[in-house]
Amino acid sequence: MQKIGVFVCWCGSNIAATVDVKAVAEALKSEAGVVFSTDYQYMCSENGQAMIRQAIREHGLTGIVVCSCSPRMHEATFRKTAVSAGLNPYMVEIANIREQCSWIHKDMAEGTEKAIVLARAAVAKLHKNAPLTAGTSPVTKRALVIGGGIAGIQTALDVADAGFEVDIVEKAPTIGGRMAQLDKTFPTLDCSACILTPKMVEAAQHEKINIISYAELDSLSGFVGNFTATIRKKARYIDEDKCTGCGVCTEKCPSRKGLDDFNMKLNKRGAVYIPFAQAIPNVAVIDPEQCLKLRTGKCGLCQKVCSAKAVNFEQKDELIERQYGAIVVATGFKPIDASAFNEYAYNDSPDVVTSLEFERIMNAAGPTKGQLVRPSDREHPHEIVFIQCVGSRCTEDAEKGKPYCSKICCMYTAKHAMLVREKYPDVNVHVFYIDARTPGKNFDEFYRRAVEQYGVDYIKGMVGKVSVEGKKLHVQGSDLLNGEQVHINADMVVLATAIEPDPTARALGTMLTASMDTNDFFTEAHPKLRPVESPTAGVFLSGVAQGPKDIPETVAQAGAAAAKVIGLLCKNELTCNACVAHANEAACNGCSQCERVCPYGAISYEEREIRSPEFRGVRRIAVVNEAVCQGCGACTVTCPSAAMDLKGFTNSQIMSEVDAICR
Amino acid sequence: MSLTNQVTAADILRISGVDASRCMQCGKCSGACPNYDEMDIPPHRFAIMVRQGRITELMESQAIYRCLSCFACSQRCPRNVEPAKLIEAVRLTVIRQKGQNHMKADSIPEKLDEKLPQQAIVSAMRKYSK
Repeated sequence: MQKIGVFVCWCGSNIAATVDVKAVAEALKSEAGVVFSTDYQYMCSENGQAMIRQAIREHGLTGIVVCSCSPRMHEATFRKTAVSAGLNPYMVEIANIREQCSWIHKDMAEGTEKAIVLARAAVAKLHKNAPLTAGTSPVTKRALVIGGGIAGIQTALDVADAGFEVDIVEKAPTIGGRMAQLDKTFPTLDCSACILTPKMVEAAQHEKINIISYAELDSLSGFVGNFTATIRKKARYIDEDKCTGCGVCTEKCPSRKGLDDFNMKLNKRGAVYIPFAQAIPNVAVIDPEQCLKLRTGKCGLCQKVCSAKAVNFEQKDELIERQYGAIVVATGFKPIDASAFNEYAYNDSPDVVTSLEFERIMNAAGPTKGQLVRPSDREHPHEIVFIQCVGSRCTEDAEKGKPYCSKICCMYTAKHAMLVREKYPDVNVHVFYIDARTPGKNFDEFYRRAVEQYGVDYIKGMVGKVSVEGKKLHVQGSDLLNGEQVHINADMVVLATAIEPDPTARALGTMLTASMDTNDFFTEAHPKLRPVESPTAGVFLSGVAQGPKDIPETVAQAGAAAAKVIGLLCKNELTCNACVAHANEAACNGCSQCERVCPYGAISYEEREIRSPEFRGVRRIAVVNEAVCQGCGACTVTCPSAAMDLKGFTNSQIMSEVDAICR
Repeated sequence: MSLTNQVTAADILRISGVDASRCMQCGKCSGACPNYDEMDIPPHRFAIMVRQGRITELMESQAIYRCLSCFACSQRCPRNVEPAKLIEAVRLTVIRQKGQNHMKADSIPEKLDEKLPQQAIVSAMRKYSK
């Protein structure tokens, strides 16, 4: 028979305002096995914990029930308290009377009744608890960073500087990501390439960093500290070790139909190309969709002109299998497809461009060499209209767009407007905005400079319609402050399109079993207190993959993710979950159903000799690898003969809880 | 004849099925309105006035008759507020009251015009009278 103590927490007024805590403590006194029951204002405080320790010693308690907040919040706290008083940590049960009672009920009588029922269920379960001991598992001291933009590069550099090996897997032929495409960066207007490329070089030259470009994660197994990843390195048809990046092949290639992704498809490129001059690795890549040799077997000009003999049309995708202790998701973003917004004539005129396209047009290394010209006729524009919030801040039931604010558009639009006015004072710039959102260091000053110093015409209101009229774009919008409809004959229209997670994120989230929100942003373990960790142990988040953010924020988060990775890789071993599955060899018939449902690959089978009064002989029995099992319980509900049970959550414990609730 | 029945914001919500509080006053509806210059209350103000419960002012406005029901505002709205439905709902609360038909059968002969499709008159009758 257990000797159980019940401790009812007020959580200040969080619980006590809706649950009569004294009545709960009193009611539990009459439960079988309960020898001590009390309440306290803050059970998690040092005084509260001292009260628990004292009660365990004075009353010789064998187990405790704490009626408080969610076990996610403080189960670990109270387990530590129990251990310090000599109890096994698994002799602690939490009855969640905050989230499940006080926070959802308004009526005190109802809340109190439910709290008593939940506490009784916890007591009933505790009667069947047994002390458990957690095993340990080793930690592979290497990190995998998925995505080689500024987020991935920064995380990799910080982890590598702490002395751990890091692999960066980048799906594009070069690292650098979106930041490499930008012209200037707000609010200081320093050149994006000038601050990014040294970091790219540093990553490439770091002895602890291994860049695997033009590659994607193919599959992943294992668990925190012990992941096994298979990385697919796509065939680039160029030997990376031999290619010197001289670029002769890119000039000689006769195919000129491929669209240049790096320049947002604004110009054509050869079938063999180097994305941009400072690419890392500075190695060419052949686009198999465009290459004449790969498509028709004729040509091979690049191979003939390559003095390094680096072109290899026989190259195949390569699979690399490696072990990692931690994984960082830094998959970034893309702008949404603006073609759904044809009220702005994006599909009707090449002079309606997205902000990232405009970024390439303004970039000295871009398709126009930094000359501001209309894409349609290469003429100098005199009237430019910027439209903000294109596809941002739409409701979920709206036809198109995203419900969130994309956060970066207000600032980059101010930047674009300013850059245009600075370089071409003859150009009139109008910005249609709903709200100018500029929280950030020196951000509002920057925006005001655009208005006051550079004379950018900010119009509060949205554009309802853009129509092509000859060579001009007729923009019809609202000026809400003046209560007027405004009409502007523009030469160019720039759409501040919303940003969305990279399309590869969803599949990656499934592979990592890392949770995502409805917009495909990775969810953090806690929105305030654990913002760079995924709820999946060993998976960390860096950059826009977690939510829209600008470069300073991305770099800060990248560093934070690195700190978490370092904290994990520093450990030599990790304590495993003690609540793991276990097969009862007398009942298991070796049907393999549990093996098939196990998401962690923790179950295997062995032939075991059984000598019991009922059966003698060899039987096929399920065996659980306790280091791999995460205690999800999928096997226990699948097992047709009830041979699988989860320690700490056994079938009989759960039935006892149900019985107590139904009593 | 004056308006006799009081109409509340809740009535407009019930008739239109539109929750005007979702409007963020971006002005895209008014930016899209092809009849903006004729509207004494443009669509974005219509939405906020519904939210503020200023229904009587809306019922006395000319906008409820001048709206072309082209639905450009509803189609463009990023938050699915559908101002056209709000305007329609307010118009209905007016013409359903006694003596508030905005177009009478007697007035049709003077409106007849070779260039005007008769269908337009039929739909105007539907729109402006009980």
